[in-house]
Amino acid sequence: MQQNASPPAPIVSLRDVQKSFGSLRVLDGVSFAVERGEVLAIIGRSGSGKSTALRCIDRFEKVDRGEIVVCGHRVDLPNVDLRALRQDVGIVFQSYNLFPHLTIEQNITLAPRSVKRMAASQTRELAHKVLAQVGLEEKVHAYPEQLSGGQQQRAAIARSLAMQPKVMLFDEVTSALDPELTGEVLKVIEQLAADGMTMVMVTHEMGFAKSIADRIVFMHRGKVHETGPASILTSPKTPELAQFVGTGNLKS
Amino acid sequence: MGIELDFPAVLERWPNFLGGAVLTLELALFATVLGALLGTLAAVGRGTHSALIARACKVYVEAIRNTPLLVQIFLVYFGLASIGLKLSAFTVAVAALTINVGAYTAEIMRAGFEAIPRGQIEAAEGLALSRVQIYWHIILLPAVERVYPALTSQFVLLMLASSICSQISAEELTAVANYIQSDTYRAFETYIIVAVIYIILSLVMRAGFWGLGLVLFPRRRRLGTAL
Amino acid sequence: MGGHLNVNHLLFLGHGALWTIGLSLIALIGGGIAGFAIALARISPHKSVRLLSATYVQLIQGTPLLVILFLGYFGLAAIGLKVSPLAAAGASLTLYVAAYLGEIWRGSIQSVPKPQWEAAEGLALSRTQRMMKVILPQAIRIATPPTVGFMVQIIKNTSLASVVGFVELMRSGQIVNNSLFEPFAIYAIIAVVYFAMCYPLSLLSQRLERRMGRGMVNLAPA
Repeated sequence: MQQNASPPAPIVSLRDVQKSFGSLRVLDGVSFAVERGEVLAIIGRSGSGKSTALRCIDRFEKVDRGEIVVCGHRVDLPNVDLRALRQDVGIVFQSYNLFPHLTIEQNITLAPRSVKRMAASQTRELAHKVLAQVGLEEKVHAYPEQLSGGQQQRAAIARSLAMQPKVMLFDEVTSALDPELTGEVLKVIEQLAADGMTMVMVTHEMGFAKSIADRIVFMHRGKVHETGPASILTSPKTPELAQFVGTGNLKS
Repeated sequence: MGIELDFPAVLERWPNFLGGAVLTLELALFATVLGALLGTLAAVGRGTHSALIARACKVYVEAIRNTPLLVQIFLVYFGLASIGLKLSAFTVAVAALTINVGAYTAEIMRAGFEAIPRGQIEAAEGLALSRVQIYWHIILLPAVERVYPALTSQFVLLMLASSICSQISAEELTAVANYIQSDTYRAFETYIIVAVIYIILSLVMRAGFWGLGLVLFPRRRRLGTAL
Repeated sequence: MGGHLNVNHLLFLGHGALWTIGLSLIALIGGGIAGFAIALARISPHKSVRLLSATYVQLIQGTPLLVILFLGYFGLAAIGLKVSPLAAAGASLTLYVAAYLGEIWRGSIQSVPKPQWEAAEGLALSRTQRMMKVILPQAIRIATPPTVGFMVQIIKNTSLASVVGFVELMRSGQIVNNSLFEPFAIYAIIAVVYFAMCYPLSLLSQRLERRMGRGMVNLAPA
């Protein structure tokens, strides 16, 4: 792992990343960087490549060309230490993916126990701490199926937090939720941002992106079409973003 | 009609029946544990990236599932003898039953593995779990939970099929029955009694698996989901 | 005795293989008819019929086929009913197959979607008409893959008839072995012949199952 050089290196940086599925070019020269403590929101239509870009950061997709550096790991190289990378990166999915046969506490303690070899008592304390962060302390012994969708997603966030990642990735984490349940999840993410967590999120919630993101990346046809501070959502420069923001319901 | 049945005359031999029943359960227990291991390995093997291993596991599973147990038992019996291994009938029986039930277990486990959603594995990878840890915590245990009823039925069938080991003189329940009926000339009563004992043994095994399931799968116990 | 495997031996084995097929057909047809009755009885509106048929299934499925076979051959003989090995094997297999096919088919009938039953009721058809015209045609589709799969079990299980002296494939192998004493080689040949009979059915069953798009685990004794 590289040590941080004197000018602080970005936590995540993509340079000219290309990726194709068959003959379809999903990422066509994507570049962006995320500084420590920054919240980056990736927006765009479905099929624009935004989820693929996010998944490349944690190497759930391999890139064809370009350079990806995440917390000092060269993610684009074939010999990247995946387990070391993923200890530094937390990821939360659209479909929660809690382990159904384990209680919420067991879901949370599994990785700290097996990967970090923490003592059982220590991991239990940790579980209580991260559950408090997402407001689910009373569900510590429940099974995932006993929780609402919103609660499950908060538990999934807590599970990621327990690994004390340097950066969190959120892949459309509210898209599978009923509208009345998205609020509680967004509130948790907001609190994380306030606490200084570095985050990259793919989202459809324009209002939320606008209120929380330090920077927006608008993707269109596999390229970063427009990027800038959250204000670009209200005053877009490109017609594509203008149209996208126009059709997307800009709440707030 | 002058059919007279004399069950007491046969029941007198209850210590023999009991001994046979115990041996049948022992056979089933050994073959269940070893067959579960072998079958799980074969199921894992069928999913590996090595084409050779995957192919070998498929050949094993199909060869066993498409030939009779009786033939397999004789092949193991004479096969081991021809390479100079003189083993007890009990050992040969355990070996043959293990090889047999391993193939069925492999198919059941494979179905269980395939039912694990891809997202579960991605979530575990995202948490930096190793391949072995993922296999154990995220794939194997939930897969077993899912196919547990099928596994239970399979292992009960194995216990019943162990009666075929009487053909290589393993002293299990059916062999004991054969011996008693030739001794008492009361074949009808003997086999009726033995059938009843097998039915009791299969109920005992089902109850055992049910209890084991409660211990193994606390979620099912807590949420009252049927096993 | 002694000597090498010759044409006569092979012809003898071939004859045995034909009887394996014959016995399998007897078991399939006999067990199929009885099994169909069991399947209907298991979902009968009368509680006593349901209970009786369920008990039958439980008893048979809790007993090894070998013991049923011994009961039919030695047991009946001992109480004065002498039956031939073919009759004993045919009857035992029929009883056995009926219990398993009955359960497979009951499952198939019951997995016809509920709206179909309700729709049939709405058409004011009699219970028999509902069964014959609406439910069974759909149940047969569902039942075909596991039934074909179970035919593999029937073929394999006929090998047990050798134990009461019926000369099917397994027994003919034993007889050939008695003159050659090459057990491993001969049982290997026997295994290959069984495989050649069973594997095509297994493949067919898998293919049908895949076409139906449902991953059913084929449970099988022995």
